Amino acid sequence: MINTLFPNVDWPKMWEAAFETLYMTAISTILTAIFGLALGLLLFLTSPHQAWANKLANWLTGAFVNIFRSIPFIILIILLIPFTKLLLDTIRGPNAAFPALVIGAAPFYARMVLIGLREIDKGVLEAARSMGAKTSTIILKVLLPESLPALVSGITVTCISLVGYTAMAGIIGAGGLGTLAFLDGFQRNRTDVTLMATILILILVFIIQWIGDMVTMKIDKR
Amino acid sequence: MISLKDVSKKFKTKLGTIIAVDDVNLDIKQGEIFGIIGYSGAGKSTMIRLLNGLEKPTAGQIIVNGKEITSINEEKLRQVRHKVSMIFQHFNLLWSRTVAENIAFPLEIAGVPKEQRLARVNELIELVGLEGRGNYYPSQLSGGQKQRVGIARALANRPEVLLCDEATSALDPETTDAILDLLVSINEKLGLTIVLITHEMQVIQKICNRVAVMEGGRVVEEGDVLEVFQNPQQPITKRFVSQVSEPTQTMQTIQNLLDIYPNGKLIKLTFVGEQTEQPILSRLIKQFELEVNIVQGNISHTKSGAFGTLILQIDGDALAVDEAIRFIHEQKVSTEVINND
Repeated sequence: MINTLFPNVDWPKMWEAAFETLYMTAISTILTAIFGLALGLLLFLTSPHQAWANKLANWLTGAFVNIFRSIPFIILIILLIPFTKLLLDTIRGPNAAFPALVIGAAPFYARMVLIGLREIDKGVLEAARSMGAKTSTIILKVLLPESLPALVSGITVTCISLVGYTAMAGIIGAGGLGTLAFLDGFQRNRTDVTLMATILILILVFIIQWIGDMVTMKIDKR
Repeated sequence: MISLKDVSKKFKTKLGTIIAVDDVNLDIKQGEIFGIIGYSGAGKSTMIRLLNGLEKPTAGQIIVNGKEITSINEEKLRQVRHKVSMIFQHFNLLWSRTVAENIAFPLEIAGVPKEQRLARVNELIELVGLEGRGNYYPSQLSGGQKQRVGIARALANRPEVLLCDEATSALDPETTDAILDLLVSINEKLGLTIVLITHEMQVIQKICNRVAVMEGGRVVEEGDVLEVFQNPQQPITKRFVSQVSEPTQTMQTIQNLLDIYPNGKLIKLTFVGEQTEQPILSRLIKQFELEVNIVQGNISHTKSGAFGTLILQIDGDALAVDEAIRFIHEQKVSTEVINND
């Protein structure tokens, strides 16, 4: 039955592409979480009245975040080709997609981290300072745990965007379901292949959202 | 224990410079409960934050526990803060931590090993009366219980000074009383100095030894609570004292009585400390041929004795009335004849 609905789908190829998408999404989400958190913390801590309050550093970080968040992803990939080549010596395959994926998504996540950190009760930060906490202690034991639900729901949203970005990266040959849908589906006019790739991407997105919601609910003790 | 010398704190804002604390001199003694009262905007929040270096003064010197905290570096200031802890109006607990983990937080900051932390946390949970609540999250507690966690957390590193920032202002009257009782028992048991800021005279009356009244960044009046209650100097102090001694409807009642008895005299007696126990009223009635009518009576209990006001309407022979007033004066009760003005 499934073969009559999707006559042109080459299943081993489809699963390989799905695995590549999963691989690109997972690794780029981890890297985005790390860089996004660092950027978000930097944005927060250099803002006025915070531990590292510094107008210039805050402005520079803000400008970096805004610029890379504003460039459409498909253009960012092309702009980053020389950088990717320098870094990885190739511009093809799943690994070559990481610089563009992370540079495109980390500033987006940094903004969400900043929103999460700003929502922390100022009184709690003051209490930690009144106990003699160092900035590093405040970061690890107050800022991150107290904003964790926002950080998790933020990375869920970012992860879902990254699924979309990997598909776009597929156009320039990163592999995954995007490449499959574009080359085997669109260019060879096999609509069923495109449709199957879409269904798999949808399933992936639903699973990510479900996991994200579950974790957020479990850790939120407010 | 704590001494402030010519301390000022100015904030620069877009609308100009705000003087939050204006040339304040204060001495707070070891082991006392010192209250700072003022309306919002009087500068008391800034003032209490100067005492643990959360705010730096623009001018002046602050000495806490023998250390000049205005000039020391961040590292030393953090050490000072282990011994000068603070509780807050909105408790400021970490929602992501359980009661026990919240209390353990300052111990983690001070680098206390885990074994000792657990033992100390259990001691503190018992001290503040939260047995069995160790694994609860703050969101599962009532306001009073949250403040108990705040107090336990503040006591974790065995501080010498406890700063209370409107610690009872978010609590209902009954819970306020329970928390104030807890503060007094801690003060007595551990001998720690407590500095509290509040806008409620009841709090000052109930637990403070000494009080400073703040208005517009300045300390306008300062002294033993009983003395301030007995003899308030500044208009603002009188207003605060009347919060606890004179319900608002009193003045209206007096006006009515002045209308009803134009011949009588309305006298306000202010009792302080021992006199409150003396049967002045019965002697007054026995010795003089007068009609004595109690208009309003109110005895409040401060930490160092009872304080009360009694408004009497005395009617009778004019000479006898003057005699009676003289008699009351001799009892060292401050009297004030209330006129129709």
